[in-house]
Amino acid sequence: MSELARSALPGASYEGFVTVTEAGLRGMITLRGDLAVLADAVKTATGCAIPAQRRVEQAGDKAVAWMSPDELLILCDYADAPGLTASLTKDLDGQFATVANVSDARAVFTLRGAQAGDALAKLCPVDFGALREGEIRRTRAAQVAAAIWVSGPQEMTLVCFRSVGQYMFDLLSRAAAPGSEPKFYA
Amino acid sequence: MLLLTCPCCGVTAEETEFAPGGEAHLKRSGPGSSDAEFDSYMFNRKNPRGVHFERWRHAHGCGKWFLAARCTMTLEVFGTYPAQTVEPPAEIVAAIKAKRPDWEGFA
Repeated sequence: MSELARSALPGASYEGFVTVTEAGLRGMITLRGDLAVLADAVKTATGCAIPAQRRVEQAGDKAVAWMSPDELLILCDYADAPGLTASLTKDLDGQFATVANVSDARAVFTLRGAQAGDALAKLCPVDFGALREGEIRRTRAAQVAAAIWVSGPQEMTLVCFRSVGQYMFDLLSRAAAPGSEPKFYA
Repeated sequence: MLLLTCPCCGVTAEETEFAPGGEAHLKRSGPGSSDAEFDSYMFNRKNPRGVHFERWRHAHGCGKWFLAARCTMTLEVFGTYPAQTVEPPAEIVAAIKAKRPDWEGFA
């Protein structure tokens, strides 16, 4: 199975005033339920505590993102996702919670450059000046839903549905076109 | 532009990130009610010019429903509050009274 796995747009990359890259396969697991109920299982699986509102907790190669008052997203290596899903399902057996491996349902893009916020501001109704490192913001990019995570200094990671991967890449590339810098945030 | 703050995730965003859900605090007239009551529940809306209570969903964000009090004339938002309330909470009513002293109150 896994040797057949392909990311949404393998190797897609665009060099503009920010660099847009398709981040390749990324393991993602959606957890739903009362966050207090999920806490122990999340700690065992990832080593992370439950993140505060709209924050991302990181521990080694795994991260946990706060998606809504009853939803978490675990980010991990693609190969680890099925195993992690199985162990979480076992841990949460009998609890009112759901675990789903959504790795293949998503596309991930990385935007690098000081002006990543400027490029995204063309597409999203978000104040990127107020977005801090380690914060995640679910919003829309033009017509489709997206989650944007400030993953490092001058780096943002954008997650969207795989079905709109090409649309998102085209959007981001157009927004990052050289000469079109809004110069609003940087 | 209408700026709303989602009480579920704390995000302030403009209205294109949300989906409107019509008038809030409707009381359902179900089985056992008269045809007139059901007709009123189904079709009659206040549609006021001024203070209005509405349902909104943070469709492109956390996905949760919440309620908002706003003015339909000026788009001024008096406050947002959780959907699990049957009538506007006291602090919302106070905020409206402070800005619209002649508002007749929630009925």
